[in-house]
Amino acid sequence: MPIAESWNGLESVRHNLLTGKLEDFVRWSRRSSMWPATFGLACCAIEMMAAGGAEYDMSRFGMEVFRASPRQADLMIVAGRVSQKMAPVLRQVYDQMMEPKWVISMGVCASSGGMFNNYAIVQGVDQIVPVDVYAPGCPPSPNTLLHAILTLHEKVRTGEILRRRRASGAGAGVDLATEVPGWTQPLATPARLGTPR
Amino acid sequence: MAPGGSLAWQIPALGQILTADSAGDEVFFPTRAQYVEVATVLREAGFATCSDLCAVDYLTHLGRKLPDGVAPERFEVVVNLLSLAPARRVRLRVMVPEHDPVCPTLFFVYPGTENMEREAYDLMGIRFDGHPDPSRILMPQDWEGHPLRRDYGVGRVPVQFKGAPGPR
Amino acid sequence: MTSDHVDGVIGDAPVTAALTGDPELARLVAKTDEGSQELAPADATSRVKLAIEQGGVLRVPESNALDPDAADATFGAGETMILNVGPQHPSTHGVLRMMVELQGETILRSKPVIGYLHTGMEKMGEELTYVQGATNVTRMDYLSPLHNELVFSLAVEKLLGVDIPPRATWIRMLMCELNRISSHVMWTASNGLDLASTTMMIFGLRERDLVLTFFEKVTGLRMNHNYIRPGGVAADLPDGWEDDVEAIVDTVGARLTDYDNLLTGQPIFRERTEGVGVVPADLLIALSATGPLLRAAGVAWDLRRAMPYLAYDDVDFDVIVGSAGDCFDRYAVRLNEVRESIRIVRQILEKMPLGDYRAQDKKVTPPPRARIDESMEALIHHFKIFTRGIEPPEGEVYVAVESPRGELGCYLVSDGSNHPMRMHIRAPSFVNLQSVPALLRGGLIADMVAVLSSVDPVLGDVDR
Repeated sequence: MPIAESWNGLESVRHNLLTGKLEDFVRWSRRSSMWPATFGLACCAIEMMAAGGAEYDMSRFGMEVFRASPRQADLMIVAGRVSQKMAPVLRQVYDQMMEPKWVISMGVCASSGGMFNNYAIVQGVDQIVPVDVYAPGCPPSPNTLLHAILTLHEKVRTGEILRRRRASGAGAGVDLATEVPGWTQPLATPARLGTPR
Repeated sequence: MAPGGSLAWQIPALGQILTADSAGDEVFFPTRAQYVEVATVLREAGFATCSDLCAVDYLTHLGRKLPDGVAPERFEVVVNLLSLAPARRVRLRVMVPEHDPVCPTLFFVYPGTENMEREAYDLMGIRFDGHPDPSRILMPQDWEGHPLRRDYGVGRVPVQFKGAPGPR
Repeated sequence: MTSDHVDGVIGDAPVTAALTGDPELARLVAKTDEGSQELAPADATSRVKLAIEQGGVLRVPESNALDPDAADATFGAGETMILNVGPQHPSTHGVLRMMVELQGETILRSKPVIGYLHTGMEKMGEELTYVQGATNVTRMDYLSPLHNELVFSLAVEKLLGVDIPPRATWIRMLMCELNRISSHVMWTASNGLDLASTTMMIFGLRERDLVLTFFEKVTGLRMNHNYIRPGGVAADLPDGWEDDVEAIVDTVGARLTDYDNLLTGQPIFRERTEGVGVVPADLLIALSATGPLLRAAGVAWDLRRAMPYLAYDDVDFDVIVGSAGDCFDRYAVRLNEVRESIRIVRQILEKMPLGDYRAQDKKVTPPPRARIDESMEALIHHFKIFTRGIEPPEGEVYVAVESPRGELGCYLVSDGSNHPMRMHIRAPSFVNLQSVPALLRGGLIADMVAVLSSVDPVLGDVDR
């Protein structure tokens, strides 16, 4: 370690090191570098691309790398209407993603079938995969998508998502606080970013 | 009327085919037997491209207005042809009965009808005799039924709102 | 239905289980299997189908005419592999599934499998009224939604026999040309991204955002506007629109030189696109291709010039035509069409007439919002229009416009009621995809992405 002039023994250690709980760091790193899988289907995909562009810039949140391979992706943003023919493909791609993984359902077609309440469209992608955040809009503007992403980030950072999954038995049970009571304490309720419950 | 006057005047071979005018477009009504020949004649006359081929189900509107001599059937195959020089369009409407929903394929005259005929088969159930790839194109392979038919429901799912007392 | 396909080769779960030994995988693969819609091995395919998948076209005089006997000659000369690309793939421009048969790196046959975005919009069109129809069609070709709305509205107006005021026509033309600019710029962006120029993606999205901000100001939405409706447009242009439009065309026009610097002269781009995907024009005409795909091959066919609609015969513009018919020409055609659209928009800025923005026909147009507060008749009229809607007389009509992808047509059949009996949209991307086997034939697998991108399929249009 280079010794600067301001080095002052243990005093300086406090300024140059971060300390914290392991699970906080894990959650922070998960939400700071959450790579989306390319799952753009229809019009919402274009708005998702616009969110990755220069004006709205998902790169600020560490997310501009859209991984085509589901093995390398953490987040599946289902952007667009899911047709009956696409549904098994969606499930296959979801199954190939590694835990921990999250799903944002972008747009009304992915959340509930949208304006297409008919034979061809799956009425909500939550019929096929578990969804963490729903972003309404037709299509949601990139600002709405960013809001959804930040909501998800907040939920991941505070551990609320893993708490809910543990409580409901969803997910693969991959988190740090499973079997060791007394080691972990729940954080305060996550910051509400303006979305009513 | 399109430039050059009526096609039925210009092309003697079309003289026997029933024709009508629809909002300024010229429409011919060949029978299923005459259909491919009429298309070939039109292609030789300069209609180099088939803009569109689709099927229509007139189940709920069998009493539509047709020229005398054309017996209405449940299905119609509608073909829009386009000539690049001079720029003009013509339409063919072929009656296809419900009990025998087969129509000869236009693929060997206009290769651009390949996907269009597959879609008409997939969504409307009209088989095209001689088409090299008679498989579904838009619906999954194991889908049953032909969704665009008028007796096939939309497939609407009743929407329940949270807190609602029960189905409306 | 499946009379021509051979059972048991593709898609039988027992077969795949035997091949992989894993029943779970077999079950998963079986679920996404599309049977005879996929590319089958060559020995399981009829000769005619083999020839089509190799890109042979029938009855075309001087070019690649089909010879079913010659089709078999290329096979058996070595091992081939069927590769599946998609439907989830970063470079297939949406949920398009391409199946290609490769010998080494050379593509022998290919087949696009579509339907992964099929939304049943033509069925929805029958359920919705004419007033609601524009909301449905606008989501088909989602990169140029205003053109979809335009073709639907023109078809309804032709059925109704109603004329719309000149200002409405010119507003429609302005919005459609701006949409053409944003669509072509978006295409250049995604084409650049497919050929690994991420800078082009950023540039293109930036320019597109300029146009979309203007659209949001005028129509309320960035995409899928529901602005062009039967009878005119939904609302007048806001004050100050001339300055906004002028800023857009000035900026985009200047930035086109950036694209030229980035792509046009750049050796890697040129090598990847020149001479790639060449197909003679008569083949494309036989395959019903239209739009920049056809114009790049040398055919000067543009509906705005050949069969003018709106007020295109009152503005000056050139039809851009390529010479070689390769990917580079398609790129150049689209880039120059942006310049022509800018030229048209500048003329519209000068010539925009004053007047109504929608037809004052009681059967078609709702009353102005302010009058509803004052007059009972206006309230009833508004109610009738939005519940019952327009009721055109019986008839059928086909109207086509030039969308950025080609001829976009609407075949509308009315039975006299307030919703269409049949609404069929002739989708340019759906038809242009038929040319893909011919374009890929004999090329390399690395060129597949460049070729697919140059055809510019928008899957919402393809699958509807």
